Amino acid sequence: MALLEVVNLTRDFGGLRAVCEFETTFDGRELMGLIGPNGAGKTTVFNVVSGFYAPSAGQVRFQGKNTAGLKPHKVTALGIARTFQNIRLWFDLSVIDNIRVSQYYHLEYGLWDCFLRTERYKRREAAIEHNAQEILEALNLAEFAQELPKNLPYGLQRRVEIARALSVKPKLLMLDEPAAGLSSADVDDLIKLIGWIHKEFDLAIWMIEHQMDVVMKLCPRIQVIDFGRTIADGTPAQIQANPDVIKAYLGDDAI
Amino acid sequence: MRRFIVPAATASLLGLILLASMTDALNLYWQSVLMFMGINIILSTSLNLVNGNMGEFSCGHAGFMAVGAYVSSVLAVALFAPGGFMGGPYLPGYLTVFIFPLLLLAGGLAAAVTGLLVALPSFKTRGDYLAIITIAASYIIKSTIENVGAVGGARGFMGMAKITTAMTDVWDIPWMLLWVFAAVIFTLVVIRRYVSSTFGKGVDAVRQDEIAAEIMSVDTDRIKLVTFMLSSGLAGIAGGLFAFVLGYINPGSFTIIKSTEAMVMVYLGGMGSISGATLSAIVFTLLMEVLRPLQVGKWVIIPMMLILLMQFRPEGFFGHRELTDIVPGLRRLLGREGDGK
Amino acid sequence: MESLIQNILNALQWGSFYSLIALGYCLVYGVLSLINFAHGDIFMAGAYFAFFGATFLLGKMGIIPPGMPGWVVLALTIPISMVLTSALGVTLERVAYRPLRRKGAHKLYVVITALMCGLVLENGNLALLGASRKNFPTLVPQVVYSLGGVSVTNLKVAVILVAVLSFLFLHYVVGKTKIGMAMQAISYDRFAVPLMGIPTDTVIVFTFVLGSSFAALAGVLFAMSYPVLDPFMGALIGWKAFIAAVVGGIGSIRGAFAGGFLLGFVEIMVVAFFPSTFRDLIAFSILLLILSLKPTGLFGVARRTKI
Repeated sequence: MALLEVVNLTRDFGGLRAVCEFETTFDGRELMGLIGPNGAGKTTVFNVVSGFYAPSAGQVRFQGKNTAGLKPHKVTALGIARTFQNIRLWFDLSVIDNIRVSQYYHLEYGLWDCFLRTERYKRREAAIEHNAQEILEALNLAEFAQELPKNLPYGLQRRVEIARALSVKPKLLMLDEPAAGLSSADVDDLIKLIGWIHKEFDLAIWMIEHQMDVVMKLCPRIQVIDFGRTIADGTPAQIQANPDVIKAYLGDDAI
Repeated sequence: MRRFIVPAATASLLGLILLASMTDALNLYWQSVLMFMGINIILSTSLNLVNGNMGEFSCGHAGFMAVGAYVSSVLAVALFAPGGFMGGPYLPGYLTVFIFPLLLLAGGLAAAVTGLLVALPSFKTRGDYLAIITIAASYIIKSTIENVGAVGGARGFMGMAKITTAMTDVWDIPWMLLWVFAAVIFTLVVIRRYVSSTFGKGVDAVRQDEIAAEIMSVDTDRIKLVTFMLSSGLAGIAGGLFAFVLGYINPGSFTIIKSTEAMVMVYLGGMGSISGATLSAIVFTLLMEVLRPLQVGKWVIIPMMLILLMQFRPEGFFGHRELTDIVPGLRRLLGREGDGK
Repeated sequence: MESLIQNILNALQWGSFYSLIALGYCLVYGVLSLINFAHGDIFMAGAYFAFFGATFLLGKMGIIPPGMPGWVVLALTIPISMVLTSALGVTLERVAYRPLRRKGAHKLYVVITALMCGLVLENGNLALLGASRKNFPTLVPQVVYSLGGVSVTNLKVAVILVAVLSFLFLHYVVGKTKIGMAMQAISYDRFAVPLMGIPTDTVIVFTFVLGSSFAALAGVLFAMSYPVLDPFMGALIGWKAFIAAVVGGIGSIRGAFAGGFLLGFVEIMVVAFFPSTFRDLIAFSILLLILSLKPTGLFGVARRTKI
């Protein structure tokens, strides 16, 4: 059974067809890139798969289960995590609290436990704390546990966001332009980080990115979309040589 | 040992207040001020959950107070008061001491259910719409009460004094003072436990970025509903206490003015801060007493104060912080080192 | 049949009041995304300014001699009230809202400020003028027209006419004039507008002038129809008009008028069939129902947030 199957996905906004018959499959542990010019529909694809929008046509199946109509928090609980173009951390909650809150889908205690501070509550809170610490340590963020993200440099914020996504123990990690706004030193760190995550954790990574060196270095397979349609699909070398891709990015005026 | 500091301090405070009341060191006037202070603390901290922690704008707190007030009062009078309202009394007077907290909880429960009904339509809407819905709901509640003749309609409802008398017949202590104190402690403990748990932190997350919360597995609809019900339920308990302290209630006590009082306290104290909301409730109650001779002028000065506050220190006394953040020694004293904010 | 028409006319009259007030909420919300909670009290101020203007012109204050014909007094009172009320509205904007806007304060703080300003107006009035209610003088004799069993006063006709004309006027101003389009531009993107050379502050002041003037107009007409004034008259009407604006679709002039007239109809029809104490209860419930079915209001436009 495939991990993720996107079949014939179409998404309209009024008269605008943002995504048109998009298809992709993840079997298990791929690292795939999704690129295209601005406004091509990449983030819309992500938004549909993560549950914010319902498909206008087509299907999204995660581990065989149709995700249409599921609210985003339920889709996340199934095993899909994502980050955003603009870092959407909770800037007034400490880094470790950011991770803790993401454990919502398996809090496994109710209001009564919370008010009465039962054994179950204490056990679960300790487990959540432990999980959060583990993730922070794995990503070298343990020293910032009590910091507020708004006080951290941008590169670290991005890492915290990825840590938060990982804490949901996803089978599919969707990164939306993770390198956006990073300095070149931070970009190098990011490339190493993503490569390491892909090796260490049992998951697939799907990445939208504009910075070509990031995509070309990391992703063995890349899909290109333009105006909502897939125009190319292959290895980095194939993509770079593809005339349609060049036309989409650079236009087709004779230079 | 550290764990007993707070309970010990609380018990001593209660003992002090009761002793002072019984020996008349604290006269009736000050006793009633203390009781209103307690009620205001409950109103302020409970509204803070929705307007502060959750970052919404609920303007109808008085409506939930009204529901709690009427439900507890009507039940109490029906069960205990002689005189034929719903053919009573059904229970002997000495049981009031045990049944009273249950009556308050019943009022709170009714208010929580009302909160549920009010919150549901607000989910499909965004931002400012909760303000409209709560204002409308508050009017609807007030209007409904006015139309129910059986509970006195616009003329009001009374009879609660019989229950308070029945309690003093059992043991001559200032019962209402005790109940208000107990309710305040209950409220503060419940809210603090809610807000410091991971469950409750989700509320802050929803305020700061609802979309991120949704994507990080937080069931935002459910958490908003639970928080709203908790807030309105506690307001209902405050309403019940209010009814018995006064001995008489009418719909006119639960207008937008009352809701505004609650809002003033929340914004004065700092949104999301329990200690802030508590402190501002205390200050506000005292301020109302001090300004009492000014009568109407009171309600010109207080809004002006808040306008100035919004201009120069909108985050209120404590902003988003608690007393333990401002006075670090307190944190060590209470042994709350690892309690991340 | 006659009573139905009678009721419809009453509904139109009340709808006119609500619409003219709802208008003000709508304009300010459209431009600033701010619920100007003080607006109902601006309406009240309009009525009171008119009262003082009229009593002054009628010579009742002993400053000018009496003898001015009622028509003239009315013709002067309306602009006097509109000017004074606009001044009040603009003062609120300059003193309370603009500094917060400058600081980039959270919208919530401005809303709270608005709420508090309303309270200051209400209680300030009560403190200054005392609890005795003011009686608005009769300026124009009432003429009752009888058309086959249905009686309608000239005043009622005037109110409805004014509301319709106001709608047309505003529709023109917001849709066709430069400043109207600037208002629309600000509602879409407040930060880009000054970059395009449009003076945002001027446009905002203009918005408040418009909104307050029409509230004042409503105040004058209301005072003429129901001549007893009290400091809290704006509160309940204000809330209702606001909710009506939202139900109609806040941010749209058509919506404000639709909402206002809808509320007028609902109220009158409710009173026709139920005891009058149920009026507010049922009216609010219906409004809430509509809002839960169509959250952006009848004519509202949903704004998408980009994720």
